[in-house]
Amino acid sequence: MKRKVVLGLGNILNGDEGAGVYALKELEKLLPEKLKMKIELVDGGVLGLDLLPYVEGASHLLILDAADTGAAPGTVVEYQDEEINLFYHQRLSWHQLGFQEVLAVAKIRHSYPDSVYLIGVQPENISPGVGLSQKLKKPVKHMARRALDIIRDWKLLS
Amino acid sequence: MANRIVIDPVTRIEGHLRIEAALDSENTITEAYSAGTMVRGIENILKKRDPREAWAFAQRICGVCTTVHAIASIRAVEDALGIKIPKAANIMRNMIIAQQFIHDHVMHFYILHALDFVDVVSALEADPGKTSEIQQSISTWPNSSPAYFAEVQQKVKAIVDSGQLSLFSHGYWGHPAYKLPPELNLLGVAHYLECLDWQSRVTKIHTIFGGKNPHPNFVVGGVPLPIDMNSDQALNAEKLAVIADSIKRMNDFIDQVYLPDLLAIAPYYLEYASLGEGLGNFLSWGEFPEGNLNDLDRLIFPRGVILNRDLKQVITPDPRDAVKMKEFVTHSWYKYRQGDEAGLFPWEGETVFNYTGPKPPYEFLKVEGKYSWLKSPRWNELPMEVGPLARVLILYTTGHEETVKLTNSVLEALKAPLPAVFSTLGRTAARAIETKVIGGLLEKFYDELVAEIKASRTETFNSEKWNPGSWPKKAMGFGYTEAPRGALGHWVVIENKKIKNYQVVVPTTWNASPRDHKNQPGAYEASLVGTRLARPEQPLEILRTIHSFDPCLACAVHLIDARGQVVGEVGTGFNLVFKSD
Repeated sequence: MKRKVVLGLGNILNGDEGAGVYALKELEKLLPEKLKMKIELVDGGVLGLDLLPYVEGASHLLILDAADTGAAPGTVVEYQDEEINLFYHQRLSWHQLGFQEVLAVAKIRHSYPDSVYLIGVQPENISPGVGLSQKLKKPVKHMARRALDIIRDWKLLS
Repeated sequence: MANRIVIDPVTRIEGHLRIEAALDSENTITEAYSAGTMVRGIENILKKRDPREAWAFAQRICGVCTTVHAIASIRAVEDALGIKIPKAANIMRNMIIAQQFIHDHVMHFYILHALDFVDVVSALEADPGKTSEIQQSISTWPNSSPAYFAEVQQKVKAIVDSGQLSLFSHGYWGHPAYKLPPELNLLGVAHYLECLDWQSRVTKIHTIFGGKNPHPNFVVGGVPLPIDMNSDQALNAEKLAVIADSIKRMNDFIDQVYLPDLLAIAPYYLEYASLGEGLGNFLSWGEFPEGNLNDLDRLIFPRGVILNRDLKQVITPDPRDAVKMKEFVTHSWYKYRQGDEAGLFPWEGETVFNYTGPKPPYEFLKVEGKYSWLKSPRWNELPMEVGPLARVLILYTTGHEETVKLTNSVLEALKAPLPAVFSTLGRTAARAIETKVIGGLLEKFYDELVAEIKASRTETFNSEKWNPGSWPKKAMGFGYTEAPRGALGHWVVIENKKIKNYQVVVPTTWNASPRDHKNQPGAYEASLVGTRLARPEQPLEILRTIHSFDPCLACAVHLIDARGQVVGEVGTGFNLVFKSD
């Protein structure tokens, strides 16, 4: 059976840049045990092409990431399927250099997931340092709740 | 300056390297400057933390080479506290490092470096039947039929037709410096695609020994995985079988694809056997300890320095020598309390930012002053090259039998004299030679691990000094590893159970360093001088030499801000701007 993967992206050493990884940890707390067993939570960091196996092995992929949309810090955005390609293509994420290639390679190899969803958040501070800025704390929790909604929509328990 | 070109960034992965090169009227490079354009703040992040957790932060220094930083970090803490790890744990760590090398070198070759020599678009003109003949003549690799290569060609055609060249969009396809016949280009592209499948099957050692992948777990004092043949949670017979299979896949690919490809492609680029040398000085901290960390006689890859191309003598550098091992910031955006002409030994190192560069957008850096976020590490006040060529030359000079044999046979196959190793091609060939040597070591380590298990010596963790109550008030440690791209050192000072100071000198800082207090160039800077560019607006020749070092700027420096104006770019399609804070 194809895997269902939630991928948190970002570098936790650059403050809010690691928002996707923190959102993944929040999600882990929210997930009911039964649902947790059906999916894989992957802390992807900023690994680039090494993430290809996680993308290609999945039928459903949910990406959590920091997103530079020019909006106010803490603004959460959501994109789906084709919009995601565009998202990384226009380089709104800081991880585009690696991750854009990952998505492109998966597409070329005809192993792109059936469903791809992205939840992103506008960072406030991405200078070196560990931890989220105050303005990001609530939005990151919101990302996790939205992630849970999306995962429920995958209807894995029926 | 009139004729100056800028490439920014040179790496295709995270991290930012900027090269500025001055050209004469013949388009030959007369001066080159290498700048890391993002700052790294790990040293400040680690201060006051529990040294046992440092590896988890260090692992994130680089998005790509997570393992090597974790290893260097736990070794630094073990060195400081005098912790000895059990033999089985040491073998397992050696296996983790060996896998990292093989995975990294093969991926570097096919995903990054081969495309400097293989023209993807030209592959469309190939006769798949002839590619099949070539494949069958160079190895026994099973994917070799005309139908197979015709299928690959169709895939490439579909990619090109779809306009989704993003995967290959950084290439200068059709550039006159591409020399391979279409059939070899098709072979290269086929193996590019194959290694994407290969990579997911050869990371089992990290997944199993580290409990998870990516970002496997590590522990000060050993490895975080017990050995128990009767437990699903431990290393057992089933997992050992998975590892054995993974090792076989690695070695098959090295023997039947990587090495034969290198020898098939290299003859078309022999001019690079006399281009791109650089410094002629080499340094390695050594790797694969078979005894205790500091037992230098039992390092399979010796610790050593080679100076001025002298392959008769290997000097043993001491990373604890405060006089010889220093970092300079004369041309780097940092300041030292003692003044910026001083050099600091890492245990006394300082990381205080001092950006004095131009306000973006700007055209050129002011290379007379500070121009990089990289410091300039120097050994005995000399710049050093680190990486596969350094390691292979040290093995060669110290008489490592297999390395001598492999090096001589590659030179013979290419009809090249020994000094040809000091070059771009030498670096690229050394990487392949080393991969082959490490493939053999991995089998040896596996057998040793099985022998330990059979003898019931299955301890993998030494908890003796886990409790901070057992630590001295102050301790200092050096943790080394040879990362695939070169010597990596972590220097830690522990005081009152916490990290007092932490300095990291990564391979790309050695190789990509700016000029120093004596105005001596770093390895990248030196290696580009004398190379002539066929088309300065498409500086493929620069990429070839820089890529031969396997740059990884993600760990050398880190992000400040990446929004806004173009700083300067050539064909790489990436925008970068500074925020001077």
